[in-house]
Amino acid sequence: MAMTPHTVIPDEHYTSTGLSHRKLLMWIFLGSECLFFGSLIATHMVNRGKAALLHGESPACLLDIPITSTSTFVLLMSSVMMVLAVSSAERGKLGSMRFWLFMTALLGSGFLLFQVYEFNLFVDEGLTIGTNLFGSTFFTLTGFHGTHVTIGVIWLLSILAISFIRPDMVKNPLNVDIAGLYWHFVDIVWIVIFTVVYLVGRLGVECAGA
Amino acid sequence: MATASIAKRGMFARPIAPTGLWSWITTIDHKRIGALYGVTAFILFLIGGVEALLMRLQLSQAEAGVVTPEAFNQLFTMHGTTMIFLVIMPMGAAFFNFMIPLMIGARDVAFPRLNAFSYWTFLFGAILLNASFFTGSAPDVGWFAYAPLNGPGFSDTGVDYWILGLQVLGVASLAAAFNFIVTIINLRAPGMSMMKLPVFVWMTLVVSFLIILAFPVITVAITLLLFDRQFGTEFFNSAAGASPLVWQHLFWAFGHPEVYILILPAMGIVSEVLPVFSKKPLFGYTTVVLAGIIIGFMGWGVWAHHMFVTGLGPVANSAFAISTMFIAVPTGIKIFNWLGTLWGGSIRFTTSMLFSIGFILLFTIGGISGVMHSVVPSDAQQSDTYFIVAHLHYVLFGGALMGIFSGIYYWWPKMTGRMLNETLGKLHFWLWFLGMNITFFPMHFLGLDGMPRRVYTYSEGMGWDFWNAFATVGVFVLGLGLLVFLQNVWHSRKNGEAAGNDPWDARTLEWSIPSPPPHYNFAQIPHVYERDDFWHKKYAEGADGRPVRTVQGAAPSSEEHGHGHNIHMPTPSYYPILLSAGLTLIAGGLVSHISVSVIGGILALFALYSWVFEPPTAPETQTAGPAGHARDKRRGGGKR
Amino acid sequence: MKEHFPKFMKETHLLGRLFLRRGLALGLLLAFALLLLGCYPDNPQSTFDPKGPVARNQLTLFWVIFWASVVVFAIVAGILIYSVIKFRYKGENRLPVQVHGNRNLEVLWTVVPALLLVAIAVMTVRTIFELDEAPSDDQLIVDVYGHQWWWEAVYPQYAVSTANEIHVPVGRDVTVNLISDDVIHSFWVPKLAGKEDVIPNEANDIWFRADEPGIYLGQCAEFCGIAHALMKFRVVASPMEEFEDWVASQQAPARQPANDEAARGLAVFNSKGCVACHTTTGGFDTAEVRDARTEGFLTGQPVTHGPNLTHFATRDVFAGAIADSTEGNLRAWLEDPEEFKPGNRMAALAPAFKDPSLRLSEEEITALIAYLQSLK
Repeated sequence: MAMTPHTVIPDEHYTSTGLSHRKLLMWIFLGSECLFFGSLIATHMVNRGKAALLHGESPACLLDIPITSTSTFVLLMSSVMMVLAVSSAERGKLGSMRFWLFMTALLGSGFLLFQVYEFNLFVDEGLTIGTNLFGSTFFTLTGFHGTHVTIGVIWLLSILAISFIRPDMVKNPLNVDIAGLYWHFVDIVWIVIFTVVYLVGRLGVECAGA
Repeated sequence: MATASIAKRGMFARPIAPTGLWSWITTIDHKRIGALYGVTAFILFLIGGVEALLMRLQLSQAEAGVVTPEAFNQLFTMHGTTMIFLVIMPMGAAFFNFMIPLMIGARDVAFPRLNAFSYWTFLFGAILLNASFFTGSAPDVGWFAYAPLNGPGFSDTGVDYWILGLQVLGVASLAAAFNFIVTIINLRAPGMSMMKLPVFVWMTLVVSFLIILAFPVITVAITLLLFDRQFGTEFFNSAAGASPLVWQHLFWAFGHPEVYILILPAMGIVSEVLPVFSKKPLFGYTTVVLAGIIIGFMGWGVWAHHMFVTGLGPVANSAFAISTMFIAVPTGIKIFNWLGTLWGGSIRFTTSMLFSIGFILLFTIGGISGVMHSVVPSDAQQSDTYFIVAHLHYVLFGGALMGIFSGIYYWWPKMTGRMLNETLGKLHFWLWFLGMNITFFPMHFLGLDGMPRRVYTYSEGMGWDFWNAFATVGVFVLGLGLLVFLQNVWHSRKNGEAAGNDPWDARTLEWSIPSPPPHYNFAQIPHVYERDDFWHKKYAEGADGRPVRTVQGAAPSSEEHGHGHNIHMPTPSYYPILLSAGLTLIAGGLVSHISVSVIGGILALFALYSWVFEPPTAPETQTAGPAGHARDKRRGGGKR
Repeated sequence: MKEHFPKFMKETHLLGRLFLRRGLALGLLLAFALLLLGCYPDNPQSTFDPKGPVARNQLTLFWVIFWASVVVFAIVAGILIYSVIKFRYKGENRLPVQVHGNRNLEVLWTVVPALLLVAIAVMTVRTIFELDEAPSDDQLIVDVYGHQWWWEAVYPQYAVSTANEIHVPVGRDVTVNLISDDVIHSFWVPKLAGKEDVIPNEANDIWFRADEPGIYLGQCAEFCGIAHALMKFRVVASPMEEFEDWVASQQAPARQPANDEAARGLAVFNSKGCVACHTTTGGFDTAEVRDARTEGFLTGQPVTHGPNLTHFATRDVFAGAIADSTEGNLRAWLEDPEEFKPGNRMAALAPAFKDPSLRLSEEEITALIAYLQSLK
């Protein structure tokens, strides 16, 4: 029973489930995030229709479905790029992994530009975070989502940078895999927000322009 | 900053000194972090206790003038917030930290640096929250901080401290909960299936899940409130058409699971202590575990019983009344299973056991009065009165705190290597048992006699004088008990009896290793074959169902097998505390000056990226970093 | 054997036996004695002395669940105490049989409590619906406004408003609409009915009926800020004729000052700004008046909605029903309202108390009291 090196179970690699600690952590973190966004979305829902009118009509009239559909599409495409990046990482193809990571971040940034455009447009129309309940819940919910996308973009770009500075650190495909989990989650949350805030939000709302 | 840290081995030399202040500041050893949690929470317990004492003095007679109305409101707000977030939760975290890896046969938690980060974030959050006393505006809107009283126009900057303090504490709790879930799921010793886990570990798992699901909800609520106060949003602004009830729904959707976050660790402790001192396995292990899980689930469906008098309507009230009543069923199952454990046992009345038995009695009272509140029509008389204060203290003092002290007396020998004095311990128990009942039982009467909660004064002729004076006496009995405990701790540290590996003839893995445990815990990771594996190594079951001591007894401690040579333990790090400090400064800047936030942000970013580039375990050939940093002495023997 | 008997075990035996048996028995006896002493129906806000159907139903249900609780607790405590006395440690050679569980028992203590709870749930739900609305169609409607930190009662059926004293006739169902313009309060008269919160933007109501004449004390039960403890009120229940007399007295037009002193008081009342928040000219404050004042308060103006004083002298109490309307109390109040009722809005906002140049002199206070006491 003397201690020999092979009886040592290295904490780094041994896990009861076979799942890596970090991947499990990310799954649990995302579970927690569901409740975060769930609470924000619920707050938006319960205040639906309670907001003071803007220019004589519901502030929901400002929502532009065609434009947001486009930005949603851009974000969804970024998820496809992410899948390709993870797949490259798993096959050990550093070059293509870098390319797809860059594309994911690029499309993510594109989505953010759409959001910046939309926020500016709303502010020009007189809707800010303090204008009424719609402004408060809309900007907070989409703003927190945008923050998540921003963090994701920074994360992906960080991995990209590290892959040049310290290629040994990205040898483990897990690093990309975990970032990918986060990225897909942020996408899925957007689909819920798009449905609830934009599509459902416009249902039954009388607007002059529509 | 990030580029600066992309040096081969980070900015700083790894801090590897085994003792001294820096070793504690940079420690990532779960046992040291557990000890830090425990000591910090205990100090905050004294602060919360002084707050309670001042309130009881103010209420000891009609129209007393011990404190001003402003101060009284700050006291009850801070007392509630402190006891919940800064005492009971971190005391639970202290046990999670110290005991979970030992109980599941692991060398540390899954993320040791994240663990250190949790502790420092908790400490800084606590400091931020309490700093409000020194800026002259402690929060004064109650720990529940109902809208719109918590909003701009009705309350002072104290509420901002409250929000930001809780925000920081939330980060700490979440990080710790993620860590424990991964640890429990992933780091169990070979052979330890989920249904072989000690019940305390199971309850920790349930609590951690409750934390990760409940804390985002309060995070959102207080973020929205922060926006209302700082950026002019209208989430809870009733003048703009918002319903203040949205706050209550969000708050209690968090707040009720929080109650189970507070009580389940104590239930876990009791489920460990009762079998050991009855010399019997836990009665109905599977049922107890399942009941804990079901309580965790059902805890999400009862929040509106905090809102029975807010006019939800008869249908909603009925639904929540029924769900609340039926959460009593799994709770009752636990109580009866504990009684089943005692029944036919061989009961030793150690202090730890007395606290567990006290827990059962007192928690039963608190649980039953909880069921009384689910009866909506009679609750309309009890809601927001001292009856509720009595109920919640039977659950949180009689329940959670008695359970925690049972755990302190039980695990103290393991943690320190020395016994606590049993005579002093028993004196402590009886003083607390009596003091607790003297303080809180009369509050039932006061509530039913019409005394509302959160009043800083009452007039003569209401008939509340006697029981209020009586309750105040109880606080002094409790204080005396606390002094006895402190004396006991002092005595134990000075000349306590050496504990040995297994002073209680206990059942679980932590008792198979030396006390206090070596830094690597297990010289060899054990293989687990049975539930209560350690017990089964010591005893076989005879033909008559009674335990028979095995010839060799438990395998002697693994200490002689190599003194932990060749065990690579994670290396201490500066970055967890730096990241915590950065985050807290970001929050602190919002109540002082924005430049503080900017500095905090830079610090946090630096710490985060440095953390990423720092390997968990320093390579053996590591040399010190850039010149100017003191080169720490390499620890003798073990390679940390 | 020896190794399982560390020092603590010896102490355990001595102390355990001595303390546990006597201690528990004594404790239980004491607890039961206290239980009997605890209920004081005579106390002004006791829930054990219901004076109307709502409070009575609530108390009945309380006693049902109380005795059920006592039985459950007695069973748990009984088993516990029996176990700890009977199954004490008897030495290492008499270790217990290792029982791991018992399915039948566990099913038993799952099903039996569940059945008990079903019974309680049925009673609860039935009473919830029974008490939801007042049974009679001929109700007195009172709109009660919770303000920081006083109560306003408006009687839309009679065009009457008052503060801190709610008059109702005996035997008639009263529905109270609960309204708040500031924070959440809770309306509670223990002898008449359990509480209901007063929440901005939520149309809550509560009903009760007083079965006998009397003065029933009430108090805000939801923490509402600094003077929460001092936000009291009373319900005055009187026979129908007396109630109608009271309504008539409130409907009467405002009294003119009866003497010179009171006339001087009126002049002070107008010149020192009291009139900005208080009405003394009759009728009740319209929604517009109320809104304007509340708006003023929310935007930081030295104005808020204060009690209607048109018939101030008909009320026995003032300042959130914390004091009798005696001359001495009124003087103390007008001399230093912050001292009299810490945190109150008048002390914080009224120019007469904030602006040194508008300070009320002794004579002015005397005149104001004369004026207030003439407002019958």
